[in-house]
This record gives sequence, structure tokens and C-alpha cells, in this order.
Amino acid sequence: MTQPVLSVEGLTVQFPTRRGILTAVDDVSFAINPGEVLGVVGESGAGKSMTGSAIIGLIEPPGRIAAGEIKLHGERIDNVSSDRMRKIRGRKIGMIFQDPLTSLNPLYTIAEQLIETIRRHLPLSHADARKRAIALLDDVGIPDAARRIDDYPHQFSGGMRQRVVIALALCADPDLVIADEPTTALDVSVQAQIIDVMKRLCADRGAAIMLITHDMGVIAETADRVAVMYAGRVAEIGPVEKVIRSAAHPYTQGLMGSIPTLSTDEDRLTQIPGAMPRLSAIPAGCAFNPRCPKVFDRCYHDRPDPLPHEDRRVACWLYDKAEAEA
Amino acid sequence: MLAFILRRLGQSVLVMLVVALIAFIMFRYVGDPIASMVGQEASSADREALRQQLGLNDPFYEQFFRFITNALQGQFGISYRLQQPVTELILSRLPATIELAFTSALLALVFGVGFGVFAALRPKTISTAAIMTGSLIGVSLPTFLIGIALIYVFAVELQWLPSFGRGQTVQIGWWRTGLLTESGLRSLILPAITLSLFQMTLIMRLVRAEMLEVLRTDYIKFAKARGLSSRAINFGHALKNTLVPVITITGLQLGSVIAFAIITETVFQWPGVGSLFINSVAVVDVPVMAAYLMFIAFVFVVINLTVDILYYVVDPRLRVSGPARGH
Ligand SMILES: Nc1ncnc2c1ncn2[C@@H]1O[C@H](COP(=O)(O)OP(=O)(O)O)[C@@H](O)[C@H]1O
Ligand code: SF4
Ligand SMILES: [Mg+2]
Repeated sequence: MTQPVLSVEGLTVQFPTRRGILTAVDDVSFAINPGEVLGVVGESGAGKSMTGSAIIGLIEPPGRIAAGEIKLHGERIDNVSSDRMRKIRGRKIGMIFQDPLTSLNPLYTIAEQLIETIRRHLPLSHADARKRAIALLDDVGIPDAARRIDDYPHQFSGGMRQRVVIALALCADPDLVIADEPTTALDVSVQAQIIDVMKRLCADRGAAIMLITHDMGVIAETADRVAVMYAGRVAEIGPVEKVIRSAAHPYTQGLMGSIPTLSTDEDRLTQIPGAMPRLSAIPAGCAFNPRCPKVFDRCYHDRPDPLPHEDRRVACWLYDKAEAEA
Repeated sequence: MLAFILRRLGQSVLVMLVVALIAFIMFRYVGDPIASMVGQEASSADREALRQQLGLNDPFYEQFFRFITNALQGQFGISYRLQQPVTELILSRLPATIELAFTSALLALVFGVGFGVFAALRPKTISTAAIMTGSLIGVSLPTFLIGIALIYVFAVELQWLPSFGRGQTVQIGWWRTGLLTESGLRSLILPAITLSLFQMTLIMRLVRAEMLEVLRTDYIKFAKARGLSSRAINFGHALKNTLVPVITITGLQLGSVIAFAIITETVFQWPGVGSLFINSVAVVDVPVMAAYLMFIAFVFVVINLTVDILYYVVDPRLRVSGPARGH
């Protein structure tokens, strides 16, 4: 069995606040294999971005990793020095954020930002770094890259800027790219192109992708496996075609009932009646119990952990062996 | 770019014309110029002759036009008080004011930006708390009080530094500088600190606020995610983005530094344009007052223009008239 690029075990992220400690990510575990695309879905506030930030070590204080381990190629990266982490970010793990309009520094040309990043991680001369930058821009589909490279971010459209962001994330050939809602801020007409570019480039380079989105349609078309998050926890994780065709967790079933064609409707995931609880008001037992159509006694007392079920893991008492036998 | 500069130049000329009008009205109609020029004993025939000779009976617009033509040639008449050409007077006082103002602006800029960046990057340290508290004092105490306090401590009690004047000066062409002698430099310290303190705290608070703002932006987060060094992020990316507003404010402040120099120059008996103005106000020396008004307006206009152009240089978004959008 190959070693995963990334494995996350029992990750817990907390924020101390005046009204007590909030747990934004609660005991989350998953792994991503080389070249694999793991989709992460869930409603806004489910803890998807926080999980991504934890992995690249950019949680804003006072937030902190309270428990768990994050391993890159089997080596822990959650407790290394900030200097060491800076050499991992960009080099081993690339990151793409939601809004391409604000991800690029407005005062520097695309060339300056690309070359700065390339030379930070790779021992290249300025001229070679520039060649590499132009080749990358070509790859991500910027027409006339050799000329456009000296333009400033504001001279590009949103879709083109996101291509530049992808080039920046990939410029040191990372093994993993974390894409946090990379198309949410874009025009519907370019969303599919951007996902295609990202997927093709990562496939060419053998880079794995952690694709965070609330768009089940994107997941269905792009991901190999999918993790469904709810209130800071993993509800269900497994191969994408299985999860989509026969969702096990009642929350995932609700999501699948509302699978749309590619569109930008932000509220699509909330078609299950009710709303995800705030972090300060997560109910005892299963966090989904106020909205769950299949809720029963035990759901109010015990919190289910994601346990193996067929070829996936599901955090729901319906699939507990002891429960099934009773 | 050229169109932009031309447009701003046009606006500047307009502003100067308006100020010139005000200065002219003051020059012409405050007090009686003739009475100020000739003694009490001159006959009314003499006065009328002088009036005719000076063109004071000409129509308003002709006089105003002459005022502007003269102003363009650097002629603002004769000081009633000192019986010397006003331009000569101002030019002889100008180096003192400029040396004081630029030293202060430099102090304000260097320490303002330095402290501001430090306070933004290390928000929870004792040094930052001390800087922020100190800056509150800087903005709230009036300049003359700070000046008097400094004189009391460093000139009277400790006797380290002189309390008034410019010290020894050296003449270079028409410029009389105090920067080349030890006593000149020592004399500059207290007034320069006094004059800079207010702007320094202003710049510091501005830099800190802007920097904190910029450090929260997505592109800084993305720069971190690309693994750039803290130095590159803090100074290359964050500080450069805070500079746009800082340049504007500092530039405009330089204008007010020169204008505010009046108070500092008075407290320290600094022989600059500001103290010349104060002395002229006391005896209603209108030509000097009018010329000073024009001078300060000119300083503000030139600085504004420079700031706008600098702005242009720093921020590429302003350089392209309409974003040449890719597709
Ligand atoms: N600074 C903070 N203090 C307290 N709670 C926070 C802070 N930042 C984020 N959170 C909480 O963490 C949770 C997870 O947020 P996030 O990971 O951004 O969700 P998602 O990306 O899935 O929409 C949210 O409920 C959010 O309110
Ligand atoms: S544990 Fe209970 S409440 Fe939670 S999803 Fe399963 S059935 Fe629903
Ligand atoms: Mg998010």
C-alpha cells in the first residue's frame, strides 16, 4: 500500500473566547493518496477552511490546533518550527483561495509575484525563473503569456486571475494542492474551465488535490473520494461514486437529494430543513440530531464517530454494529 | 499620465489664482498702502501723486493683473516695517524654515513609519503599549507646550542644547545653512523634535492602522501560503501597500509642517519665514502677509502635485486609464 501524501488524525482546532472554548474542527481524520482528488463538502461554517488552514499551518491566533496530528509523507508537520513550515508551504503544499480578485498583491506584476515564489523554493536564476513562470502561465491557459506576464493583477479578469493563482500555487511543484472554494467567487461560465485547468495541471504533475467546496456537482465531476463535514466533524467519507449513489449518512442523503447541475446557488446545501448549529450551541449527542429525519434515542446522548461501513466511514448510529444487532 | 499631470497642473494654477486674488485684496484694501509708505507729514498732493504713480487709481482688474505679473516675477512690493523688498526678506528667511521643516518631516517619517510598523507587527508587547501611550501624548499636547517643556528640560535644567536661534550658519550662494556647523546642528535638535512630534504620531498611528488592515488581507494570507519569508511578507508586500496612504498624508503634512512652523519658530526664536510672518502681523505689514499667504499656498500646491504623481508611481492601478481586461 502506498503511503498517503497527507494524513490527518484526530485534528481538533479550538478558539478560546470569552464565553468558553469553541471547537471549530472536532476530531477530524482523513488521508489523501498521491495524485488523488479528495473533495470536502459541507455547509458554510462546517470547518472546511479551518481544516485547510490547519494543514498549511496558517490558523489565525487565538485559534490553535488543540489535538491531533498532521503528517506529510508520514512526517508530522503540525508541530514543526515556523521556519520549517515556511519551506513546506508553497513547496510541498500549494494553496488556492476563494477570491482571485483579492488573492494577488495589487502593487506587483504577475511576473514579480511568480518569480518571487519560484526563487523562494527553487534554486533558479531570475531568467530561468521567468521562463518557468511563462511556461506555467501558458499551462494554465493565459493567452500570450510572455507578454501578459508583466501586467498587473487588475489588468486580468476574475477567471484569468484565478488561473494566475493556480500557477502561483503550482510554481514549485507541490505534492498537494489545497483549493478552498476556488470557483465560488467566479462567474458560472468559467467555473468548469478553472476546475479543469486545476485538475489537469495537478494530474500532469502527480499532485494530489484537497478540493473544498459546497458544490456537490463539482465534487461529483472532479473528486475521487469525498469527505462530508458537518459542524466541525466528518459525517461520511468514501469513494465519490458510492457516496453519491448510495449516501449512508442522513445528512449526505439530504445533500444528494438536492444535487443540482453546475450553478452558483449558494444556499443549495441548506435544503435540508433547519440550519447547522452555531459552534457555541452544538447539541449533545449527534450534532445533526435536530434536523435528522431518522433520529432515535441514542442520537441525543452519544456522539457518533466515523466508523467503517462498507468501503467508507460513516458517523451515524444507524450503522453501529451493536445497534444493528439489537 | 501626461493628461493627468496636465489636468492637475491646471487645477493647481486655478488654486493659485484664487489665493492670489485673496492676497491681492488683502494687499490692496487692508489698511492704506500710501499711509504706510509715506510719513504723516506728506501733503495730500504728494499722496495723490504717489497713488497715481503706483497705479492705485487704475481699474481693479488692471491692478490685479499687475499684481500677478509682478508675483510671477517674484515681486511683492516693499515691507512697510523693514523697508526691504518682500521677496528678498522671504528668501533670506526661507533656508531656516526649510531646513527645520525638512528635518522635522524626515524625523516624523522615519520614526513614524518605524514605530508604526513595529506596533503593527508586535501588537501585544510592552514596547508597543509604551509607543501607543506616548503617541497619545504627542497628538494631544499643543506644540508650544512640548517646545517649552523640551527647552526647560534640555536647555535650562540639563543645559545640553541651546534654547533659541540657529547657532552659527554658513553662507552658500544665497542659501544660509545651519547644517554645517556643530552649533547649528545642536540648535536644530529641539525645534525639529518639537515640530515633528505631532506629525510623527500621526504617521505612526496611520501606518499601524493601515498595516494591521493590510496584514488581514487575502493577498497577505496567500503570500504566506506561498511560503514567502516573514521579511518579504511584512516589508515587501504589507509595508508597500500601506505606503500609498502614508505618502499622501506625509506629503500633505509636509505642507502643514511648514505652516505650523510658525509656532515652533516663535517658541525657539527661529529666524524663519514663520516668525517673519508673526512679526509682520503684529504691525500689519500687509505686503509681507500677502506674500506669505502666496508662499504657503504655493508650497501646498507643489506638494499636492508631487504627492499625486508619487501616488501614480506607487500604485499601478492608477496608471492604466481603463483596465485592459483579459477575457
Ligand atoms: N477567529 C475565530 N473565532 C471563533 N470562531 C471562528 C473564528 N474563525 C472561524 N471560526 C468558526 O470556525 C467555524 C469553521 O469555519 P470555516 O472553517 O471557515 O467554515 P467553512 O470553511 O466550512 O465554511 C465557523 O463556525 C466559524 O464561525
Ligand atoms: S446519529 Fe442519529 S441523528 Fe445523527 S445522523 Fe445518525 S440517525 Fe441522525
Ligand atoms: Mg470556507
